[in-house]
Amino acid sequence: METSLAQRIAAHPSYRELKARRSSFGWWLTGAMMVVYYGFILLVAFDKPLLASRLGEGVMTLGMPIGLGVIVFTVVITAIYVRRANSEFDRLSDEVQQAMSAPAPAQKGGAR
Amino acid sequence: MSAKKLLVGLTLAAAAGIVLAAGADLGQAEKQATNWTAIGMFGAFVAFTLWITKWAAAKTKSASDFYTAGGGITGFQNGLAIAGDYMSAASFLGISAAVMASGFDGLIFSIGFLVGWPVVTFLLAERLRNLGKFTFADVAAFRFQQTPVRMFAASGTLVVVAFYLIAQMVGAGQLIKLLFGLEYWIAVVIVGGLMMVYVLFGGMTATTWVQIIKAIMLLGGATFMAVMVMAQFGFSPEAMFAKAVEIKTGIAAGAGKSPEEAAKAGFSIMGPGGFVKDPISAISFGMALMFGTAGLPHILMRFFTVPNAKEARKSVLWATTWIGYFYILTFIIGFGAITFVLTNPQFLDAKGGLLGGNNMAAVHLANAVGGNVFLGFISAVAFATILAVVAGLTLSGASAVSHDLYATVIKNGKADPKAELRVSKITTLCLGVIAVLLGIAFEKQNIAFMVSLAFAIAASANFPVLLMSVLWKGCTTKGAVIGGFLGLVSSVALTIVSPAVWEATLGNPKGSAWFPYASPALFSMTIGFVGIWLFSVLDGSKRAQEDKAGFLAQQVRSETGIGAAGASGH
Repeated sequence: METSLAQRIAAHPSYRELKARRSSFGWWLTGAMMVVYYGFILLVAFDKPLLASRLGEGVMTLGMPIGLGVIVFTVVITAIYVRRANSEFDRLSDEVQQAMSAPAPAQKGGAR
Repeated sequence: MSAKKLLVGLTLAAAAGIVLAAGADLGQAEKQATNWTAIGMFGAFVAFTLWITKWAAAKTKSASDFYTAGGGITGFQNGLAIAGDYMSAASFLGISAAVMASGFDGLIFSIGFLVGWPVVTFLLAERLRNLGKFTFADVAAFRFQQTPVRMFAASGTLVVVAFYLIAQMVGAGQLIKLLFGLEYWIAVVIVGGLMMVYVLFGGMTATTWVQIIKAIMLLGGATFMAVMVMAQFGFSPEAMFAKAVEIKTGIAAGAGKSPEEAAKAGFSIMGPGGFVKDPISAISFGMALMFGTAGLPHILMRFFTVPNAKEARKSVLWATTWIGYFYILTFIIGFGAITFVLTNPQFLDAKGGLLGGNNMAAVHLANAVGGNVFLGFISAVAFATILAVVAGLTLSGASAVSHDLYATVIKNGKADPKAELRVSKITTLCLGVIAVLLGIAFEKQNIAFMVSLAFAIAASANFPVLLMSVLWKGCTTKGAVIGGFLGLVSSVALTIVSPAVWEATLGNPKGSAWFPYASPALFSMTIGFVGIWLFSVLDGSKRAQEDKAGFLAQQVRSETGIGAAGASGH
């Protein structure tokens, strides 16, 4: 890609928005995943009795729903990202693509 | 080796926090009676996949077809293929065996293998697709001086592939000896031979479809088993857990424990046990699994088989969903093995251990819930699984040699595509032969550390270089190469002086290992990242200016895909 095109894209408001939003969203979700996973690991390392405590009359322990919950959380958080990326991020990306394929680098009106 | 020894081995491995799950060590196995139903079903699978290879071969003409199936795989298909790469035979047999042996601890394993996927989705998947063409080195070397970065990336790829491949080959030999009653070396030669046929003639198209078919068979078979188990308990987890605790208590009482101790031992499967011994090992091991996933070359390569970033992101969502679902199934299968297999004398030896060892948990359960035909089916699926994973690994190693070393480093990026394709096919042959020879050489070795080492190297060398080159403007050629090699060397060195290799494999006395933790990742990843940062900051060369100047164009393309290589169907 020639530098001038890259600079034109980089200056486009939709591109800036895309970059900022995707990057912060991605890091937030990465942070959330790490808190949940390492929280679980630290719980296993430091408080085994808590995870082995019974929930009711039967044998079911607190650890089981928590463990299963981490698996479900992993899938759900991925789905949350993909959902937002498929709509919002792709729309912003399309706006950039359209602006760049337009014959002249005209200012886009109304795009946000 | 006796079942008891296997059990001891499994317990030791779990205590050392070694990865049993992602694919590796199935321990030494006893040869079983030849199982013709299983061989017949496997024969049918091979015939079908060879027919697919023939179809794929007709479509595989260009280098792009060979490396990435022409970029024509959909997100859903690729998701299944990635899940297939990840659901190896040992993750099926090993995790269900670990759950059978220690209950909740098996779940901790599975979770570790799953949590890397969201990170791949959020930080890498789309950017990889937008920047790369055939290998992850395309991305890591995008704005850098090609030769040094490619040489690093090819080293990182080949080292990871080598350890992973040896683990799979040895696992294949042991497993097939166990399931089919074939000699170890015959099993290894069959796996090596078929894998070479898939890759040589069908390239990525055949490798992907073999993986997809196997993933569907494995998910289908595991679902059937889990449903059959749950149906016995009226689909009540509480009823299943209660029965399992009761059986474990009975076994402990039978071993001469007092009623109180027996009740405690029985209930221990419902909570964490000895898997996590110290917090540093636990976190370090967790980091190797989480970030290693994002640095495995044969997984990263799959992001180039889809046409665009949108499909890349969809494929990770599908992969995460299938893998998460699969781990829930293996958990149920493990508990099913407690209730159906440990109570049935048909599956036990004289001492009350599992016939053929603990890793047979899922296989015996298949027999218990589905009879001999289903047993044959599950055995065939396990063999198919190894075959498909090995093919993917080989293709990834071959591309590192032909695309990164030959075409870019030796031919300066001006290689004739035909010659490049020829080099990758020759490399495939060489890798196949080497894999078979190493598989035979390592038959009697304790190779339990190899898959965890592969994950640790991927997390400490490949992942930091990839992440920093894509996201940090200040990263330079020198920083990436020196930091990457530091991560590579330190992860290998720390593994060698850790208990799993120094004591268990090299036979030094217990307690003599210099590095006390189960995984080097916490330290070697830090070394890798700090190395990249430090040598980039210190780099005042002219090349460093060019590296930084190239960041804008790289970032624009990684975010938007404008200028990205190749949509599908060319």
